[in-house]
Amino acid sequence: MVDQILESLSKFLPETTLVVAFCLALIADLVFRKNRGIVTALSLLGVVVSLLFAFQQAGMSLSVFSGMMAVDPFSVFFKIVIGVSAVFIILFSLYSHDVQTTERRKGEYFSLLLALTLGMYLMAGAANLLMMVLALELTSLTSYILAGYTKEAGDSSEASLKYIIYGALSSGLMLYGISIIYGLTGATNIYGINEALSTGEVNEITLLIASVLIIAGFGYKISAVPFHFWTPDVYEGAPVTITAFLSVASKAAGFAMMIRFFKVSFLDSNVVDLPSGMWSSLQGFEWNSILAVLSVLTMTLGNLVAVWQNNLKRLLAYSSIAHAGYMLMGVVVLSDKGLAAVLIYFVVYLFMNLGAFYIVMLVANKTGSEDIDSYKGLGYRSPLLGVAMVIFFISLTGLPPTAGFIGKLYLFVALLDAKWIWLAVVGALNSVISLYYYVRVLRNMFLRDPEKDSGSIRFSVPQVAILLLLLVPTLLFGLYFAPIVDWANASVIMFGVR
Amino acid sequence: MEFLGIGVLTWITFVPIIGMAAVLMVPKGNDAAIKWIPAVATFLQLVLAAMIYLNFNKGMTGINSLEGMQFVEKARWIDVEGVSWFGRIQIEYFMGVDGLSVTMVLLTALISFIAVFASWNIDKALKGYMAMLLLLDTGMMGVFVALDFFLFYVFWEVMLLPMYFLIGIWGGPRREYAAIKFFLYTLLGSVLILLAMIALYFSVTIPDAVTGERIHTFNMLAMMDPANYEPGSLLAGVGTYWRYLAYIALFIGFAIKVPIFPFHTWLPDAHVEAPTAISVILAGVLLKMGTYGLLRVSYPMFPEIAQAYAVPLAVVAFINIVYGALCAMAQQDFKKLIAYSSISHMGVVLLGMSAMNSQGMVGAVFQMFNHGTITAMLFLIVGVIYDRSHTRDLDAFGGLAVTMPKYTGVMTVAFFAALGLPGLSGFISEAFSFLGAFQTHRYITIASTLGIVLTAAYMLWTLQRVFLGSPNEKWAGLPDINGRELFTLVPLAVIVLVLGVYPSLAIDLMTASLNNLVDIVAGGSALAMAP
Repeated sequence: MVDQILESLSKFLPETTLVVAFCLALIADLVFRKNRGIVTALSLLGVVVSLLFAFQQAGMSLSVFSGMMAVDPFSVFFKIVIGVSAVFIILFSLYSHDVQTTERRKGEYFSLLLALTLGMYLMAGAANLLMMVLALELTSLTSYILAGYTKEAGDSSEASLKYIIYGALSSGLMLYGISIIYGLTGATNIYGINEALSTGEVNEITLLIASVLIIAGFGYKISAVPFHFWTPDVYEGAPVTITAFLSVASKAAGFAMMIRFFKVSFLDSNVVDLPSGMWSSLQGFEWNSILAVLSVLTMTLGNLVAVWQNNLKRLLAYSSIAHAGYMLMGVVVLSDKGLAAVLIYFVVYLFMNLGAFYIVMLVANKTGSEDIDSYKGLGYRSPLLGVAMVIFFISLTGLPPTAGFIGKLYLFVALLDAKWIWLAVVGALNSVISLYYYVRVLRNMFLRDPEKDSGSIRFSVPQVAILLLLLVPTLLFGLYFAPIVDWANASVIMFGVR
Repeated sequence: MEFLGIGVLTWITFVPIIGMAAVLMVPKGNDAAIKWIPAVATFLQLVLAAMIYLNFNKGMTGINSLEGMQFVEKARWIDVEGVSWFGRIQIEYFMGVDGLSVTMVLLTALISFIAVFASWNIDKALKGYMAMLLLLDTGMMGVFVALDFFLFYVFWEVMLLPMYFLIGIWGGPRREYAAIKFFLYTLLGSVLILLAMIALYFSVTIPDAVTGERIHTFNMLAMMDPANYEPGSLLAGVGTYWRYLAYIALFIGFAIKVPIFPFHTWLPDAHVEAPTAISVILAGVLLKMGTYGLLRVSYPMFPEIAQAYAVPLAVVAFINIVYGALCAMAQQDFKKLIAYSSISHMGVVLLGMSAMNSQGMVGAVFQMFNHGTITAMLFLIVGVIYDRSHTRDLDAFGGLAVTMPKYTGVMTVAFFAALGLPGLSGFISEAFSFLGAFQTHRYITIASTLGIVLTAAYMLWTLQRVFLGSPNEKWAGLPDINGRELFTLVPLAVIVLVLGVYPSLAIDLMTASLNNLVDIVAGGSALAMAP
């Protein structure tokens, strides 16, 4: 027993690093009251070291802590996506008005950020329903606090409260679903569930109800319709850095957990005559049809409502809902191609979405507004920012030669390969709708003249450097994407399934 | 043909991008440099196009044979190692020209060069304008030389964004509406093309040159060979439901660009609001991409369906010709009139294509070229008068022949070319198109000739309203056309005249390739007839 725990600990280094960094950050916050920059440096170091450990885990495929967690290419992939976005968020925070003006609470902010990252790491690897719930709660609780970080602002507190209420409801539903699954199968480990479901007779209706309840929990995390109601308010009210983090990393963690749960629990390993890379769900239980419906609802509603938004953070909130819908399409097809497409999409989405939020933050720092109207003539006041925004937004729309196109391309490839043609058409039409609202922002930036007495906006060198770190991959992966495709193809392998 | 070890097609495609980088590096305020760099870049492009013309082998067939392609450049671009469940992905940097694309390459180079000089008066954000114009140029040229579908699609989409900004920032009063309408319409078409492209990708495999394993490919030539379609794949077989669906998706995508009725409504808005040079590019080159796409992609890849839809295509061609002409006749706005006349003239291209014989095809492709030169002239002419009077109302003028004699002279050539006067290039291509179509669709062709009469009517009526009659006092002081404007118009007028007298200069380039295309379509549809 002890041996196994010790053995497992050595495979748990990325998470351990974060725990240590979290504790050190708390202590440092108490000790170095005069110089809180140390906490920032410490948290950045912690995340970077945890990323290095995650890179070391490449190629491993095993389960640790008696099946609680899986360390496999799939979880490593998501840890890297989450870790990289955490690095960017810490860098953003250096220039965030919201964070830098609250000197006294900065230590709290960075240590909670580490805890949030830890929660997401755990979500990426969780292989037991109890572990999943714990990881989900750790992530949720820290995000509630962070969403309400600027407690002087009314909308921030409102965001936090709404987040808690919706979060509590979804967690409750999910726990109820899990208890039903446990009642049906007698297992909390997803491999055990799969075994019980494949061998024993199970009441299909009960299983369906349980799955729908569990989807409520996942759907809330990835903000899929109809569990998305918290998203716009929280995204608008929370500090931009936290919004950006939630929109990328939290979504990635939610997807990782959902995909693992559904793929492993409901995999029918007795069907062998399928084409390579396709899998089949257990007879009579087509959970992917539920997801297909959710996917269509999510992207269509996200895109249609985004058209009417006047606050850029809200607009990006709805856009992130729509993107969750696109990514769900990749899960629906039940194939490794679909999963690889989702993974590729996450890499791409990381850069373009963080880029868009970074610009929102920089502009809000200067103009104090996140209204689309305040973007009038911005392309002339700061050409670099304008061009960067154009690139991020056409990438979010999915036009070549940007990385966003590659993400969409692989999703459509997976869909057409599995003959889900109607879904591909819906997805394609949705990207046309999305063009309208993205271009609306670009229109204000370039087609409208700046307000009078507004001079040009200038940025410091490190600020521009961070922008370029996001901008260059967005363009580069659009023209040369073989590395991310290779990486994604190698990362769909999960422990315990063929 | 290579320069510095890089093929001529790469140069001709990316010279504008180099120009764009140079323009962006010029310090603000140096307007002369910002104007002359694009002029030099497009001039180099024109020189390269001339070299392609001089070295072009007229006997080579192209279309579906790699050996028949000229100036071919082929390199590995993206190569993703295969895994057991996802075959190798290979995307090539594959370019070449044949008789179908060579005229379009020449046209693009010529129109881009002229567009730079037509933009000489732009004063708002000149740097951005020239950068966008050059980016657009690269996109257009790339579409015509790309032979890998993925590469083709990337260039196809690269054009959208510069076009949006060119109309949206430098356009007329309703520019925002026109720009977003153009963008949304074309993107809608593009996503349909994208889906069809992916379906084609999954249906076609070719053996790898080294290992011999069969790999999926975006190679357009491979997609034209029925033998390469994997049995059981989505688009395998002849005349299947899925093939019809893919053809329709591609057709709508290309039809929006042409534009074919009822997908044409973006065109009058975009044309009217766009600045002169952009209207010239839009009418001169962009519209041709739709018909080029149909001929390059839809026809050879789906020959049996192209044949099956020949009659419906002839019907929409008829609607385009007559509806466009009737709309043109009803216009008060000079530019809108030319815009609708474009719809009508593109109908002639479609009619020639629907004939499925050599005469019709040659007529269609030649008409694409001629329409490019003639309509470019017409838009330049409107631009000249609009720059002076700031109105485009046809009734506001009168008797301009007295005040602007040189201008009227050039204009007369353009107008008569547009209405198809013998001796000018428009006549030859229209005659070929109708001649070809008459053999295949007799009654539709007869009905379509109504369009010729209508075109003559609105062209002559416009001529009369604007240039003849008693001079309007208000415009008595208008200066005649200046040297720069003549410089943009005269080369086009010369081409129109020369090709009207000696059309073989252009027709000989395309005959071999288009005959091959006709054979491919006939062969494909014969396969469909076989039990």
